[in-house]
Amino acid sequence: MERPIRVLVAKPGLDGHDRGAKVIARALRDAGMEVIYTGLRQTPEQIVEAAIQEDVDVVAMSILSGAHNTLFPKVVNLLRERGVTDRLIVGGGVIPEDDIPFLIQTGVEAIFTPGTSTKDVVEFIKTHVKRQ
Amino acid sequence: MNIEDRLLAGDKIACARLISMLENNDKEAEEILKKLYHKTGKAYIIGVTGSPGAGKSTLTDKMAKKLREAGKKIGILAIDPTSPFTGGAILGDRIRMTDLSLDEGVFIRSMGTRGNLGGLSKATSSAIKVLDIFGCDYIFVETVGVGQSEIDIVKMADTVLMVLVPNMGDDIQAIKAGTMEIADVFAINKSDLDGADKTKLEIEMNLDLNDSKAFRPKVIKVSAIKNKDIDTLLEAIFEHRDYQMRTGNFDIRRINNARQEILDLAKEDLINLIMKKAVENDFLNTIVNEVYKRKLDPYSAKEELLNLLLN
Ligand code: B12
Ligand SMILES: Nc1nc2c(ncn2[C@@H]2O[C@H](COP(=O)(O)OP(=O)(O)OP(=O)(O)O)[C@@H](O)[C@H]2O)c(=O)[nH]1
Ligand SMILES: [Mg+2]
Repeated sequence: MERPIRVLVAKPGLDGHDRGAKVIARALRDAGMEVIYTGLRQTPEQIVEAAIQEDVDVVAMSILSGAHNTLFPKVVNLLRERGVTDRLIVGGGVIPEDDIPFLIQTGVEAIFTPGTSTKDVVEFIKTHVKRQ
Repeated sequence: MNIEDRLLAGDKIACARLISMLENNDKEAEEILKKLYHKTGKAYIIGVTGSPGAGKSTLTDKMAKKLREAGKKIGILAIDPTSPFTGGAILGDRIRMTDLSLDEGVFIRSMGTRGNLGGLSKATSSAIKVLDIFGCDYIFVETVGVGQSEIDIVKMADTVLMVLVPNMGDDIQAIKAGTMEIADVFAINKSDLDGADKTKLEIEMNLDLNDSKAFRPKVIKVSAIKNKDIDTLLEAIFEHRDYQMRTGNFDIRRINNARQEILDLAKEDLINLIMKKAVENDFLNTIVNEVYKRKLDPYSAKEELLNLLLN
């Protein structure tokens, strides 16, 4: 039997917009993944700790508040500091086109903006997950 | 360092990885547990069960926090249902435990049931062992919200805590019918709401009827959200533990649990073994067809199936 992909869906920072995160969580569940949803207002430290304890394959973060340029790289770096480099990191939310190259360069592997079809997200995760 | 040594050294990444491997039926992980099994048995295992939304996660969070003040190392396994249609799951118990998430002495793991009935996942008992080896003093196991048949937790827990809420109406009938017997302690959570006294009374009256049980479970009103009377609840849990230690029931329970576990594991392998043989040469389909056509009865068919194992 194939094992389910485990995904942490997290909302970093003080941003209270959680519809997108919930839509994504449900879509991933419906695609057969195990989704750990941690709720609102998580610090990067909390996200990293949860990602480790839950042994997720994917860390998926949603930000609509504009704080993506600080929070996303922070999570990536904290994971690296803990020696965790084999996880797929993706982000989404209200993120200006111009910021995306910077985020990709810091180690977030894809950014999904408003209007994204959840099918594309599922597809991306399935094809890019790093661990067998 | 290999995963086994890292686990023993208290490495969370290794602990988490090993649990995943066990969830995925990894043989290497089973070998590691074989080798380290003698190190288990030290942790006290508390099952937390009760209807969906009763406050199991919130209450576990508060109890864990209290035990942390006493310097205890805590493991939490939180089980949520896997969709039988897609195999996916949303595991949301962590939402209620975010203030524990940065505590060095707490390890929280969410698990999907992955098709297992009984309120736990198949790997739950293995995950308990991993956390035990990892050095947890207390391990909380939160089951999926119970109906009447999700009572596997008794096979693993040293104390079962049943979480109820006020104004359950007919739900309390369901609890009476099936799951009441497994509780060692009752918590009436959300007692900040009206009706907690009435629920407590109903439970007490039920316990009055059932005087066969030598140990009478305590019924404690608490409010997880207000962090109220958590101490009293923990005391009731410890009282049950001490009672068991005093009377030898603790050993009896663990012996029963060990027996149950061996038989459950054997049953699973046996079924797999039979199935493997049964599909060879289309044997299963053949006898199914014969039973359908009334040429063979199901009892004889079963005997033929079992005979496969003997030769
Ligand atoms: C609904 C909404 C609200 C609701 C939120 C309800 C809730 N519980 O979520 C309410 C009214 C509460 C609200 C409040 C505020 N909001 Co508002 N809100 C919106 C609005 C109109 C829609 C957001 C939404 O729910 N979309 C629907 C979901 C499904 O889409 P989505 O989140 O974009 O998700 C999709 C993709 O982005 C992607 N995705 C998203 N996350 C992730 C994550 C991963 C891992 C992946 C793979 C994909 C992915 O996939 C999803 C599906 O396609 C947006 C404007 C907009 N058009 O986006 C403003 C908006 C986000 N809000 C904004 C602001 C400023 C606020 C307030 C500060 C306003 C105020 N001054 O009070 C408050 C702050 C609230 C808080 N505590 O944080 C701004 C943010 C500006 C910025 N980023 O610079 C926006 C952009 C409006 C604007 N144009 O100014 N808001
Ligand atoms: N009023 C009140 N609400 C509470 C209390 N404890 C928990 N809740 C609320 O009850 C809801 C469910 O709480 P959870 O802790 O998630 O319940 P649960 O039993 O773990 O739920 P499942 O895991 O989904 O079965 C949440 O909205 C909590 O905030 C309490 O003591 N009083
Ligand atoms: Mg819960």
